[in-house]
Amino acid sequence: MQLAKVIGTVVATQKHEGLKGYKMLMIQPLTDSLQPSGKPVVAIDSVHAGYNDLVHWVSAREATLVMDNSFAPVDAAITGIVDDVHVVSGGIKDKEEIFA
Amino acid sequence: MILARVKGNVVASVKHPCYEGQRLLIVQPIDEKGTDMGDSFLACDTARSAPGDVVLVEREGNTARQLLGTSEDPFHSVIVGRVDKVDVYE
Repeated sequence: MQLAKVIGTVVATQKHEGLKGYKMLMIQPLTDSLQPSGKPVVAIDSVHAGYNDLVHWVSAREATLVMDNSFAPVDAAITGIVDDVHVVSGGIKDKEEIFA
Repeated sequence: MILARVKGNVVASVKHPCYEGQRLLIVQPIDEKGTDMGDSFLACDTARSAPGDVVLVEREGNTARQLLGTSEDPFHSVIVGRVDKVDVYE
């Protein structure tokens, strides 16, 4: 599960039966400071995300669980549109105690 | 399972129904000495953890689904515990 930004759409006429009726978006995975991390991927959309939205997405086997057919050949799916990212600075609380 | 520190949280109002009521936290993997290692990612919380806590994170969908919901929910990573102490014998 990771953050990403929607950077485009993907249209395919010829595709696996399991993919029919689903919107596919191009997403760029991001770090928590919203910097690109890795290469863009194509993800199935389950939340009506649009261009430039900040989203969270799930990869691997779980991605296909957003679809009706959970055996569709999918390995990335958008699971939410992010409103806010809070990063708290200060590192580990009680670091000396835990890693003594 | 890996060690990670909780770095913050993510708020989303439009989301897959299974994420309703779940806390989605940013976790940063750390090594056995508490130093950051690799990229952070998101995980759902089952251990009432807060930013600054050292936690145990499971990056495996089946565990996440068993802890968080039904067998049809798209969860992949989950926080399964808060760490009190790490001892490494060298």
